[in-house]
Formats: sequence, structure tokens, C-alpha cells
Amino acid sequence: MMRMKNSSRVAGVAVIVSKTGLADNFSPHTTCPNQNTGVYSENYGPDLANCNVTVWNPFGNGLSYEDFAFPVFALKDENQTQVIRKCYEDHNQRVNGSAPKYPLCAMQLFSHMHAVTDTVTCMRRTDLQNRFSINPEVLCDPLSDFNVWTSTRPLNNSAKGHAADESVVIAATRLDGRSFFWEQAPAAEGTVSGIVTLLAAIQALYPVTQEAPPTRNIFFSFFQGEAFDYIGSSKMVYDMKRNDFVIDLDNVHSMLEIGQVGLHSGRSLWMHSDPISRQNKSVDTEVLEMMDRMRSAAAGLKLTVDHPSVSQPLPPSSFQRFLRERQIPGLVLTDHNTSFINRYYESMYDDAENLNVTYPPGLTPDEQLVYETDAAKSLAEVATLVARSLYVQAGGNESNLNNITADPKTVAQLLYGFVIQKNNSWFRSLLPPEVTKKGVNSILSSGPPQFYIGLGPRVHGPAHSVTRFVQYILANLTGSVTNLTESQCQNPSELSTENKDLFSYFWVSGPASVNSTSEPFCVRASVRLSKAVSPAFELLEYGSRNYSTWTESRWKSIRARIFLVASRELEMLTLGVGVAVLLLSLLVTYFISSKAELLFSSARETPTTTY
Amino acid sequence: MTVAVFFGCAFIAFGPAFSLFVFTIARDPLRVIILIAGAFFWLLSLLLSSLVWFISIKASNSQDLRLQRDLLIFGVFFSVLLQEVFRFAYYRLLRKATEGLAAISDEDTSAISVRQMAYVAGLGFGIMSGAFSMINVLSDSLGPGTVGIFGDSQYYFITAALMTLALTLLHTFWGVLFFEGCEKSRWWVIAAVVSLHLLVAGLVSFTWTHTFTVHIHYFTSTSSQLRFR
Repeated sequence: MMRMKNSSRVAGVAVIVSKTGLADNFSPHTTCPNQNTGVYSENYGPDLANCNVTVWNPFGNGLSYEDFAFPVFALKDENQTQVIRKCYEDHNQRVNGSAPKYPLCAMQLFSHMHAVTDTVTCMRRTDLQNRFSINPEVLCDPLSDFNVWTSTRPLNNSAKGHAADESVVIAATRLDGRSFFWEQAPAAEGTVSGIVTLLAAIQALYPVTQEAPPTRNIFFSFFQGEAFDYIGSSKMVYDMKRNDFVIDLDNVHSMLEIGQVGLHSGRSLWMHSDPISRQNKSVDTEVLEMMDRMRSAAAGLKLTVDHPSVSQPLPPSSFQRFLRERQIPGLVLTDHNTSFINRYYESMYDDAENLNVTYPPGLTPDEQLVYETDAAKSLAEVATLVARSLYVQAGGNESNLNNITADPKTVAQLLYGFVIQKNNSWFRSLLPPEVTKKGVNSILSSGPPQFYIGLGPRVHGPAHSVTRFVQYILANLTGSVTNLTESQCQNPSELSTENKDLFSYFWVSGPASVNSTSEPFCVRASVRLSKAVSPAFELLEYGSRNYSTWTESRWKSIRARIFLVASRELEMLTLGVGVAVLLLSLLVTYFISSKAELLFSSARETPTTTY
Repeated sequence: MTVAVFFGCAFIAFGPAFSLFVFTIARDPLRVIILIAGAFFWLLSLLLSSLVWFISIKASNSQDLRLQRDLLIFGVFFSVLLQEVFRFAYYRLLRKATEGLAAISDEDTSAISVRQMAYVAGLGFGIMSGAFSMINVLSDSLGPGTVGIFGDSQYYFITAALMTLALTLLHTFWGVLFFEGCEKSRWWVIAAVVSLHLLVAGLVSFTWTHTFTVHIHYFTSTSSQLRFR
């Protein structure tokens, strides 16, 4: 691709995406992801910054961050690829070593982008349009969506700022991924492993935290937009700092983040910590205690956890954004010690196969949904470890630990839904009835979900699918069924028994059986969404170095067409012949009409004379 | 196939008609009126024949491909016959008009002879027929591609333009022959014109190759020789 970028003869690239002949590794991300917006900089651990100590993504070639002056299309449809191949073979192939003859097969790629240069330029132009134009034309939109959060003890959503008497342990993971192509991001090992682990851990923890609540509250958060310089986590930290969130940084006791945990398979898991903040004695003590708790929790399972060398920095994680504001004790749990084990980090090849999620042949989709693969079992163990560690970290009683076990069946269903097929019976039962209806914009189209953050419901159609899935799955796993009607579910504040500040109310489809349709019902859960848009756009600092400034350009139509082109000689010949015919006919007609009397004298009617 | 081909084909198809118009018709307003009216009559005939074809299509089974093809053949022949009917109708109209023209002119006879009216009417028919057969092709030729991805010849645009040129001239000559035949009551001339028109329409619609373009031009020259009889 770099050769084509530098060549002046390339007008566009169409990539045929196929599964055969896959390279051993391919990561279009940079070798040091999010190096400018993490915690390590000149002021904080300068010798750890810019991956001086550990290169996290050694296979990264930075392709996603190159500026290509021509369109690059990905062709996944076999039929379309077949048509293009046939056109090439019929017309463009060399015959016996000589160049192919006209007419030649050509392809035209349309993907006109309205934004140019960089975010600062296009946001400035958009602002000018909005201010001075009658019909403002927006050129680009900031990447935005929602974070999903929940907690074991419900938090009052209308009370912003410091929450009194709340000490919170944050358990976090990321919700998004990306690849070189737009909206293609299967992100299996990079993102799904973390999501599935945390969801299963929440499911394992919830009943125990209701019966024997631990001292501290546990706050679960799924951050959106982490691939693009930590959009979601920077927004949450920014809100916490300005007292615009249900808790603030004083409430946070410690943090556990789940990174990429899908490929540990028999090896140990690793707990990363930040060496700079551990120079503070109290932070160091707490971190060591966290690691001990995790080790003892792992001892009961078939897992081993270890910590890498003390001088190694944190891998790219949302925890780094929290550290930028406050030195909080925390750990990041991953399956890699130094560099990523994931050879296809943030690429379109990071799919089910990369995560070793394979099913034996001959199963129906419903059977595949509940089949417990090895990947599911191993992730279930990690989830159990996370849940138990969190319970003890939050001050729970260790005698209850044996009751906390992640359910492999739930993990299998989650894995199936997130990496194989999102339109399955379980997801359909969790989502509201209007979503499960088939439609072009339905979020339940066929295939696995794509984890690209997108532009939010303001610009595109329905809300981002993954955010919705996680929200409704959490409602299903942690919520309680109520017998409210649909209208009561939409407006629960009218009822005295329901509290809109502490809970959200969801109207869901319910399970559908073979002979009957589903009966919708209302679920009450303390699951909330919080806006995930970079603070740079609220502060109007479009060139900010502290916050993410990613935007996506607007476009009108993206399509391609193939046709034959004729040679230049033939075109000029046609024009020449046309001009010649025109001139010749003008000459002949002029000549004949001026000599008409001479030529057509016999044709003139003589008036009849009568004698 | 780009602007060069657009202009080239436009000049080929409409060059002679344009030059005939500029040098023989434009100066005389009466001829211009007869030209436009002739074009309009051809348009009417096309409208009616396409209406008939459309109704027959809608009334028939759209899945039966053979029936659709047969209906198309029927449509073409019906259209040719209707064009000739309208040519005859135009002839009757112009005959009636000559008396009125003679009344309002300075001399005793009308300012325009039947032969001239025949030529102008034929040219009107030809220009309109050419426009209808060529305009869509011309607008498609503006794009970057050319014909051929489904296996057809890449010389389609040139061939279509030459076809239109021949058809325009043929209509002109047929107009003269037809009116001559009607004047002198030589019915075999009218029959010859109609059958030639049917033949050309059949050839054009169902056997589209270069060689037949040559044949069409042969007909053109034959018709022009007929005219001098």
C-alpha cells in the first residue's frame, strides 16, 4: 500500500477481502497505540513514554494513520468480485506478452469526502457555515457515542458531583475497535474478550452483592471510543472533574481494567501496574494488596496470574486517563506480558478465528448459540477470577467467594452473539420489540457486530448496535422483572413505587418460543448510558493535545462501477468523422442549393396555360 | 465515451439535416412551419403506436418472453404503418392548405409547390425520427465508458449515428416519393415506399451489424435515384 501511495499512476485501490492466504500478522494500527494521549509524557515517566521500554504492537505498520489521496475500497461480496475478475480476464489480460487492446475494462470509485486536511480546518469551516450560511453544510462530525455503566448499589443519577459516603471500585473495559476500513471492526480479541469477561463477571457478582453486599460499591463501566485516543474514558474523567457525573474522583478507591484476555490459553494472565504512581507509598501498598487478592482468587481456579517487571509501564488502557488526573491504585489484566499476543490488533482479521471460537460442523444456529467452546470456558474462568477479585477488593467477605462463579453457558451465548452472529434468539429476546422487527436500518442484521464507534444517533440512524446490546444485556443480567405496562414503563415517574433516579426501565421483547410470539415485559435495572464525545469539542479546542480530536468526514455517496473504455484514437476518429461529415454536408448543400435552378430546372412546375 | 464522441456522433447524425435546414429551409418561414408540423405529425404517430404497444404489453403476460418479443415485432411494424398513415394524413392536410395559400398569396399559385412541401415534410419526419433514435444514445455517450461489457461491439455509437443519418435522409426521400405517388395516383410508388420502410425497420431492429448499415445506405441512394424519375 505504501508503494501505491507514493506512485503517481494509482488512482484507486479495490481490495478483495478473502480468508485464504492470510498473512501471519497484520495490524494497521501504530506500534505504540494512543501514545500521545496516555499518561506517559515528558512530565510523567519520560523514559517510559513512546514505548521506549516495551513496544506494545510490534506488528503494527501504521497503515490506518496514513493519508491516502485515492479511495481504497474493500470488496467482500463474492459475486461482485467475480464480475470484476471476469471483466479483467476478458479484456485486460496480456495475450502472448503483448499489451491488451482497447476497449479495456475500467473501474470508477466514488467516495467524495467533504472534509480536508485535518480536524481543525474542517471544524473551522463548519463553524463558519453554521454562523453565516442560510443552509449550513456540515463538513465533518466528531466521533461520539455512549459509555455504558452500572453499579452494584444503585447510584442516584440526578445527584451530580461527589457522592457522600461512597467508595467505589471501578471495573472497566473498552467497547470499541477499528480497522483500516470504515465500519469494519470485528475486534474479537481486542475488544470482545474484555466485554464478554466483564459481562460474565457482572452476572456472577450480582446475586452475591445483593445478598451479602460488600463495603464498597462496584462501578462497572464500558468505555466507547478507546481506539481513538480514549474518547469515552477522557469524557468520563472530564465529567468527574467538573462534578458533572454521579461520582467524582474522590469517590474512586481503586480500579481494575480488563484488557485483551482472550488468548491466554494455558499460559498465565498478567497484572500490569503503573510504576510511577507506585512510587507513592500508599498507592504501592494498595496495588500490592490488589495483586495478592487476585493471586489468592486465582489459586482456587486453574489460572495463574503474575505481574511483569516493575519498571514496565501500563499497556494502552482507559486506566491511563484516570491516572492523568489522580494517582489511583489500579491494575490492568491482560493475557500478554510485554507485547500483544494478538497478531491482528485493530484489523479486520481480528475475528472469531483469531479468538479460537470454532464450532463443530453440523450444528444449527440455536445449537451453536449454547455450545460451550474452549474459548468460552477459558473466558468464563477469567470472568470468575475478575468477579472474585472485585468482590474481595470491594471489602466483601471471603467466605462467599465460592458462590461467585461465571456461567460458561452465558459466556458461550455472549461470544456467539458478539463474534459470530448478532441476530440470534437470545439477543432478540433481550431487545425491545421495535428493534427486532426486520428493516434496513435494524441493528439486528446478519453477521457479527462491528465495533467502530460511529457518529452517534444524531447523524446516523438507530443507536450504535454494540452499545445497545451491552445496555440490554446488562439489563437482562442485573435487572429485575416488573409487571408494569408499556406506557408505565416509558413513564415510571408517575408511579410511587418506581424510582427513575436510581433505575432505568426497559421494555423488552421476551423469549419467543416456536409456537407462540414473545410477550414483552418491563425490566428495571440500574444501567445507564453516558455521553462519550471528546471534551475537546465541548471546549472548542479542535487542535487539543490533551484530548481526542477525531472526526469523520461527511460524504454523500460511496459506490463503484465498472465499464469499458475505448481508446483515445477511436474517440478522436469519431470526432473527426463527425466534423468531416458536417463540413461536407454544409458544402454540398450550399453548392447544390446555390445551383438549384441549374440542376433542377426540369423539376420546376410550369404553370399550365390554357388556350 | 466522453465529449469527443458526443460531438462526433451528434455531427454525424444531424450534420446533413442541419445543413439542409440552414441552406434550404431556414430562410423561408413557410417551409419552417411545414417542417415543424411534419415533425409534429411524426411525433403523433409515434405516440399512438407506442400507446398501442404499451396497452398490449400491460394486457399480456409479462413473464412470457417469447410473447413479449412477438409483441415488440408487432409494435415495430404497427409503428411503421402508422407513420405512413400519418404521412398520408399530412399530405391531405397540405393539399387542403395549398388552396388557402394560393388565396392569400400575391400570385395566382401558392408560394410553395407540392414537391417542395413534400421535401420539407419528409425532412421534418426525418429530423424528428432521428432525434428520437439518437438522443438517448448521445446522452449515454457523454459518460466515461463505452459499449461492450456485455459482449456488444464498441463501435455502437458510430453505427447508431450513421444509422440515424441514413434514416433522416431516407425519410426525406420517402416523403418526396410518397407525395409524388399521391399526386399522380401512382399507388405502386406508395406501396414501394411503405414496403421499403418496413424492410428498413425490420433490418434495423433485428439484425444489428455493420454490414446492414452499408445496405441502408444503398437503400438511401436507391431511393434518391427513384426520386429523379
